[in-house]
Amino acid sequence: MKRATIDLWVGIFVVLGLVALLFLALQVGNLASVGREAKTYRIEAHFDNIGGLKPRAPVKAAGVVVGRVEQIRFDPKLYEAVAVMNINEKYSFTTDTLASVLTSGLLGEVYIGLDVGGSEEMLVNGSVLPRTQTQSAVVLEKLIGQFFLRESTASSGGK
Amino acid sequence: MKMLIEGLRGLGRETQAILTRLGFIARFFVALIRRTPESFVRASLTLREIYFSGVLSLAIILVSGLFIGMVLALQGYDILSTYGAGDSLGVLVALSLLRELGPVVAALLFAGRAGSAITAEIGLMKATEQLDAMDMMAVDPISRVAAPRFWGGMISMPLLAAMFSAAAILGAYAIAVPLIGMDSGAFWGNMQAAVDVRVDILNSIVKSLVFGTLVLLIAVFEGYDAKPTAEGVSSATTKTVVYSSLAILAADFILTIFMFRGV
Repeated sequence: MKRATIDLWVGIFVVLGLVALLFLALQVGNLASVGREAKTYRIEAHFDNIGGLKPRAPVKAAGVVVGRVEQIRFDPKLYEAVAVMNINEKYSFTTDTLASVLTSGLLGEVYIGLDVGGSEEMLVNGSVLPRTQTQSAVVLEKLIGQFFLRESTASSGGK
Repeated sequence: MKMLIEGLRGLGRETQAILTRLGFIARFFVALIRRTPESFVRASLTLREIYFSGVLSLAIILVSGLFIGMVLALQGYDILSTYGAGDSLGVLVALSLLRELGPVVAALLFAGRAGSAITAEIGLMKATEQLDAMDMMAVDPISRVAAPRFWGGMISMPLLAAMFSAAAILGAYAIAVPLIGMDSGAFWGNMQAAVDVRVDILNSIVKSLVFGTLVLLIAVFEGYDAKPTAEGVSSATTKTVVYSSLAILAADFILTIFMFRGV
């Protein structure tokens, strides 16, 4: 085979490969939005129980993704879970915002929902939402336990 | 007693032979890497090898990718819709392809399609004493024959793996949206939300580079080390496919431990 033909085919091959990589990065991985996400501010929220929340889980306000959970750690002094969130700079929330750990559907992903309050002041980089301003995850096992406890006390009281 | 000693001796000989071979492979790898500049200075040799290992593997890679994507979409939707999670099909397809199937299956196909050809070619060159002839003419057979094949394959492998994943995702799309009737926005949107460029796509490329190194090192080495007989060449070709498939799967396990050990 002539060298020019080989060169042409190799050129086509490399271009196809790069197109595939670009497709993966832009269409599948949505690289374009990474740049947009870059400008964020960070807030912390203290929870009694974060349930199945994981890092990189979305933070939603009114169902719209406004940021992501960056890190989850345990506060050894307060015995609370601390979720560190990166919120898009475009959106600001009042200081009395209520953060709750929610699940989309029964088996869906776990996310943090923000409900805005009526305060005049806004959350800034480094703000902390104390435990009184958060609502923990609903742990299904606890609910079931409570249900059984109530049932058993009700039935024993009736006798 | 005598039998026991004989058995121990045999075991020792076997172990020593395996270790010697491993050492030889390592030395061969270093020799290949040291001759890297030469295969890029004489780019036409490497280009020719990209043609043989990359361009000629295109058909099998793209067609298998398409089929794997379509099967994943059908099977995935069947199971996910039981839990009412059919909308996550795009996530399932993209993550399983980028993290595992794409690099692994592409590398297995590559080992069968290109690795075996490289071994057979080099082995036959050795059997017909072409390598010795080169040596006589003061042409280094490693830099002239082995290194261009190695680097040609190393350039092809990640590109082929990326094309495999892309073709498979398009195949899954072709099944999910027009055939099953899934919403196109949910397919792409959930996928884009779940796929992380650094964690998933970059690791996919790293995996394909590692697999490429393994396949090509084994292929080139087995060819170079083949017994110069017809039987030797055939057994070397078989060894290439068997060893590189095992190496790919073992390396995949080790890489996955490091890359996706959970949060």
